Amino acid sequence: MHAIEVKGLTKIYGKGHTEVVALADASLTVSPGELVAVIGPSGSGKTTMLTTIGLINEPTRGLVILDGITVVDGSWVPGLDLKRIRRERLGFIFQSYNLIPFLTAVENVIVALNLNGVRGKEARMRAVELLDKLFLGSRLKNYPTELSGGEAQRVAIARALANRPKVILADEPTAALDTDNGKNVMELLKKLAVEHNSAIMVVTHDSRMVEGFDRIFEVHDGRITHEPVRT
Amino acid sequence: MNLAVRDILRHRWRFIQTSVGLGLLIAVVMSMGGIYRGLIADATVALTSTGADLWIVQKDTEGPFAAASRLPEDAEYRIAAVPGIAQASGLSFQNMQVSRFGKPLRFFLVGYKLNGLGGPPVIVAGRGIRQQHYEMVVDKAMKIELGETLKLGLNHYTVVGITKGMASVAGDPFAYVTLANAQDIQFKTDNDAIRNSRARIAQKMSQVATLSPAQITQLTPLVTEIAVSTHMVNAVAATLAPGADLKEIQESIQRWNHYRAISTAEQEKILTSGMIQKSKMQLGLFRIILLTISAVIITLIIYTMTMEKTRVIATLKLIGSPNKVVAALILQQSLLIGLIAYVIGYVIVSATYDKFPRRVELVAFDLEALFAIVMIICVLSSLIGVRKALKVDASQALGG
Ligand SMILES: Nc1ncnc2c1ncn2[C@@H]1O[C@H](COP(=O)(O)OP(=O)(O)O)[C@@H](O)[C@H]1O
Ligand SMILES: [Mg+2]
Repeated sequence: MHAIEVKGLTKIYGKGHTEVVALADASLTVSPGELVAVIGPSGSGKTTMLTTIGLINEPTRGLVILDGITVVDGSWVPGLDLKRIRRERLGFIFQSYNLIPFLTAVENVIVALNLNGVRGKEARMRAVELLDKLFLGSRLKNYPTELSGGEAQRVAIARALANRPKVILADEPTAALDTDNGKNVMELLKKLAVEHNSAIMVVTHDSRMVEGFDRIFEVHDGRITHEPVRT
Repeated sequence: MNLAVRDILRHRWRFIQTSVGLGLLIAVVMSMGGIYRGLIADATVALTSTGADLWIVQKDTEGPFAAASRLPEDAEYRIAAVPGIAQASGLSFQNMQVSRFGKPLRFFLVGYKLNGLGGPPVIVAGRGIRQQHYEMVVDKAMKIELGETLKLGLNHYTVVGITKGMASVAGDPFAYVTLANAQDIQFKTDNDAIRNSRARIAQKMSQVATLSPAQITQLTPLVTEIAVSTHMVNAVAATLAPGADLKEIQESIQRWNHYRAISTAEQEKILTSGMIQKSKMQLGLFRIILLTISAVIITLIIYTMTMEKTRVIATLKLIGSPNKVVAALILQQSLLIGLIAYVIGYVIVSATYDKFPRRVELVAFDLEALFAIVMIICVLSSLIGVRKALKVDASQALGG
């Protein structure tokens, strides 16, 4: 069973004159524990690919199977609790970190655990443990505004990984960081994903960040132009 | 970990400002409720403190508190003779205003018989009245010390005792003198006025052809005596003998004695539904207006707070928060604002209610009802915010 299976995934924004084909007929599979990167220039449809796979954006057509569950078949499969699938099986990481500003680092991780019914001491323990692994043991009680970009993104990684999801989707996670911090964050992300046996799909426009990935896809104008490159 | 609380703590200054503002509004609403209860208490304290079961007043009047009533003092003996009546005593009541140190001093003067009903119920300082003449007991609210004197009518009265919490419907404190003194103060005219009356009566009688001048000379003092009699009371308060039937006695007094006999319960109704009805409506209207303003303020603040949290809400949805988590966040914040505001309001009123010029009575039921109303307002006020929050889409967390 694949962690991610995508067939003919297409997303068209707008209609008529303003129609934009953001994603055209994309097909790919990712195995559990596999590290996959998608690179392409700005506007090529990377974010669209991630958000349609991640059940944030409804695709125009295509098929998506996540962790064995058919979630898109032409459109969102009716009757599915998308939020539940998101919180139980998916982890998201974004360029802009998206931390909750009124929660401390550790609380930002606890939120995700709480949503899956892990509460109290247990949640705090797991959050602290994870943040320790991301070298944030001394920043637990800091608010997002008190963290550097690299630290904030590592908190976001902890939040995404907290529930040990089968699939992690990361949209330009290093774009707001300098090269050293970016590489550092990417290394930690890869290391933890492997540890958790999570499939990970990272999109980026920065080819320097894709070292060590199992496969790399290239997209242009919404199409996957290069077959996966083994590194 | 509660998201609503965490968010509020992060913006605690604005939250406190809002809550204090709302707390002041709630304090006003709360004190208006207390003022209303105070009105009722003031309106009925004379009734309840007298311990009377029946109030006998002039026929066809609703006296002595709500309307003027006059009856001869000897009515007391006739009422006392009615079977089933245990005790009856004449009382006089009178609103007074005198000038003291150049300032107006208003009070409600009660005249009572030393061994009858209607005297000061509790003396908190000094003693009760012992002398038939020129002693008085005043309420603490009059701010007159023991031993001071006050000129009422033609005479000076010495304060010998102090009561507490006795006030009239109008909020004026009570003062007590003996019935005889009260009658002097209320009815006695000075010597010039008596001389004038006597001349007028003699002049009228001289027009009656059948009266001789000698007869007129004999009759004039007698007629004057009756005409300017001070032996009047405003009501007779009566208690019933054990086992006596109130309704029966009321009817019998009405039929045979040509007075109106009002039970204490009826008297209470006359006072509360008649005299303070308008005040009640006025206070009620103000309370509704203020609560509406509170609702608008809560709605606005919750809506603003929700709008500011759009991205947070989108992120929460993105990581899979169910709608109930998002709705609870907004609703709980609204309830928290209401709760804190209520507590602030309560603290303000508790600290100040005994300094109000009129009696303010905080009744547990009123406080609980207001709390429930505030909470309901919070729930309703949060609905617009909740609706807005539920409409936020997870994709709004992206970009920026
Ligand atoms: N919500 C939207 N409405 C209309 N067009 C959009 C929307 N989102 C993205 N697009 C368009 O789709 C294309 C792909 O965008 P995107 O997936 O964000 O690319 P990338 O992430 O690679 O920069 C772009 O041309 C963009 O302008
Ligand atoms: Mg993008």
